[in-house]
Amino acid sequence: MRYLTDRKRAVGRGASHSGTGHHWSMQMSSVALAFLVPAWLYIFGHALGGTRDQVLATFARPFPAILTGLVLVVAMRHYAKGATMLLQDYTHGSTLKISIMFVTSLAGVIAATGLFALIKIAL
Amino acid sequence: MPELNRAEVKRADAVVAARPLSPHLQIYRIQITSVSSILVRITGNAIIVGVILAVWWLFAAALSDGAFATANGFVTSWFGVLVFTLSLWGVWYHYLSGLRHLYFDSLRGLEIGTAQLLGWACIIGSLVLTVLTFVVI
Repeated sequence: MRYLTDRKRAVGRGASHSGTGHHWSMQMSSVALAFLVPAWLYIFGHALGGTRDQVLATFARPFPAILTGLVLVVAMRHYAKGATMLLQDYTHGSTLKISIMFVTSLAGVIAATGLFALIKIAL
Repeated sequence: MPELNRAEVKRADAVVAARPLSPHLQIYRIQITSVSSILVRITGNAIIVGVILAVWWLFAAALSDGAFATANGFVTSWFGVLVFTLSLWGVWYHYLSGLRHLYFDSLRGLEIGTAQLLGWACIIGSLVLTVLTFVVI
């Protein structure tokens, strides 16, 4: 009698070893970004080139601040996972692991820095 | 006889055959489908430069007048404007191609003619949207 089920034996045997989770995550974040990015480009484009007071006034308002926060979090997740995909195609072994750590950290640092700036401006 | 786990079955007569290599980039004919695919990857990863600039600029605005003057001076210089302009096109190209990928994922638009047309639509559309963004903002 076999104790392992067919499903248990199949899980992790695919080419990705992790199912479709990565792809689904990219689809989710891409749809979110499709809504967020045009609005953010408009706000950022308007603020760019202004004086410091104008910039602070823009990002102190709730809508630009919340939108920018969302773009930072969702886009940096999307970037970290997308860059991981690129690295998986062209590197392997320790180089792959270290470079995945690097791009994931880069995305984290960018998001954290942007969120810090937003909190400082908006609150 | 015990049931065999397929993954455990190994070929005893494994012979290393001289297989042909996949088409090399140098002799691979450039097509709109391959170009549009490569561009998604390049734009998606390259626009991080524009993001870093934008976040630095916002961070500097939050910090002090001096920090903002430095960051703002850089992003409004010809080099900063160039980086942001290229990033803007990159964002729009990645945006349109992303929509194209979602469309492909729904098993639509996969006929060769349609896929080629959508590739051109991404390239031309992204250029149009870049110009349009400058007009609007």
